[in-house]
Amino acid sequence: MAASSAVTADYVLKPPPYSLDALEPHMSRQTLEFHWGKHHRAYVDNLKKQVLGSELEGKTLDHIILNTYNNGDLLHAFNNAAQAWNHEFFWESMKPGGGGKPSGELLALLERDFTSYEKFYDEFNAAAATQFGAGWAWLAYADNKLKVMKTPNAVNPLVLGSFPLLTIDVWEHAYYLDFQQNRRPDYIKTFMNNLVSWEAVSSRLHAAKAASSSSA
Amino acid sequence: MAIRSLASRRTLTGLKETSSRLLGLRSIQTFTLPDLPYDYSALEPAISGEIMQIHHQKHHQAYVTNYNNALEQLDQAVNKGDASAVVKLQSAIKFNGGGHVNHSIFWKNLAPVKEGGGEPPKGSLGGAIDTHFGSLEGLVKKMSAEGAALQGSGWVWLGLDKELKKLVVDTTANQDPLVTKGGSLVPLVGIDVWEHAYYLQYKNVRPEYLKNVWKVINWKYASEVYEKECK
Repeated sequence: MAASSAVTADYVLKPPPYSLDALEPHMSRQTLEFHWGKHHRAYVDNLKKQVLGSELEGKTLDHIILNTYNNGDLLHAFNNAAQAWNHEFFWESMKPGGGGKPSGELLALLERDFTSYEKFYDEFNAAAATQFGAGWAWLAYADNKLKVMKTPNAVNPLVLGSFPLLTIDVWEHAYYLDFQQNRRPDYIKTFMNNLVSWEAVSSRLHAAKAASSSSA
Repeated sequence: MAIRSLASRRTLTGLKETSSRLLGLRSIQTFTLPDLPYDYSALEPAISGEIMQIHHQKHHQAYVTNYNNALEQLDQAVNKGDASAVVKLQSAIKFNGGGHVNHSIFWKNLAPVKEGGGEPPKGSLGGAIDTHFGSLEGLVKKMSAEGAALQGSGWVWLGLDKELKKLVVDTTANQDPLVTKGGSLVPLVGIDVWEHAYYLQYKNVRPEYLKNVWKVINWKYASEVYEKECK
């Protein structure tokens, strides 16, 4: 399945769609400066170095990700490519004044596939909290259904046959400065209550539905 | 008052075990957070006191607590004959039990400079390192490179393969103990490269942490383990 995504990073360190201090007090400027300015930047820079002169040079990020996943036996460029993709997707999953319950079509779908927003919240929270080690939790779309997923390290739903709609980064670098003393549960709660951009989720869902029906 | 006693660890007193015995019930072994053999700030400037305290009191303690919980659930599942519950618990046991095993070794792998931290290994381990890696510098370079290249969370190890009688460098993911890479592997030195091990001090620059951690590696302990296993 050719998974189309709204993110076409193509080796560019795109800034988040808000200033680095815009998510305060929920996610600090300091965290954005390191997380976007150092971690995300390094994935992009290292990816460029890795693909230079290889058969992957000039290929889109999606292509590299899908072709280096190799059923879990990861090829060399996978980590940098997937992490570049994941981080751009993450910044766009958040917005200042975000979080809380969505409305309209999205709420109806969450209620259809999870029975309630609260049940979805619990499931997403649990996935993010129990991803041992580094990784990500996702709301994703596949087979006309919404579902929660968790993935290790750089893995994302694209390589698992699903359309990503929302993500939270649960690598320690994502929360270690703001939620000191290992408080990942508080970080997840803050993300859900104050940061999620349901607008982004909606537009990704529309793109996913369009892509599914066109490839049906 | 010493810093360590101000922030003293609460060790379980085995109350649960005692009361179970009094009732004639079989009790499961519970684990406790081991004390550090040095103050939290004693490894500075290589590793900050802030990191040591959080690493010990929050991270390692969480592994111990969750390991005990998983073992208790396992005990109940075994007693009920609930095979699928037993299997389902394995990942929590591996993760939290591994976390407890690995960190217990790690605290012994570190020592303040004034107690020999950073002093090169002498004796048979020193010789074995030269034989297998050319020099201590060669070993350090290899372990630092593998630690830096590890994607996500995990550990880089110097181990002894008891069967083949040789030293090996290897990495494990997440909290997998070294023995998961080979049943005859004995850990001598493990370096935690989870971000929590260095982030507050070194931020994203893991190679800088790896450069500095060698200044507080306790080669005396590694030598003791090596000599014991070689008998």
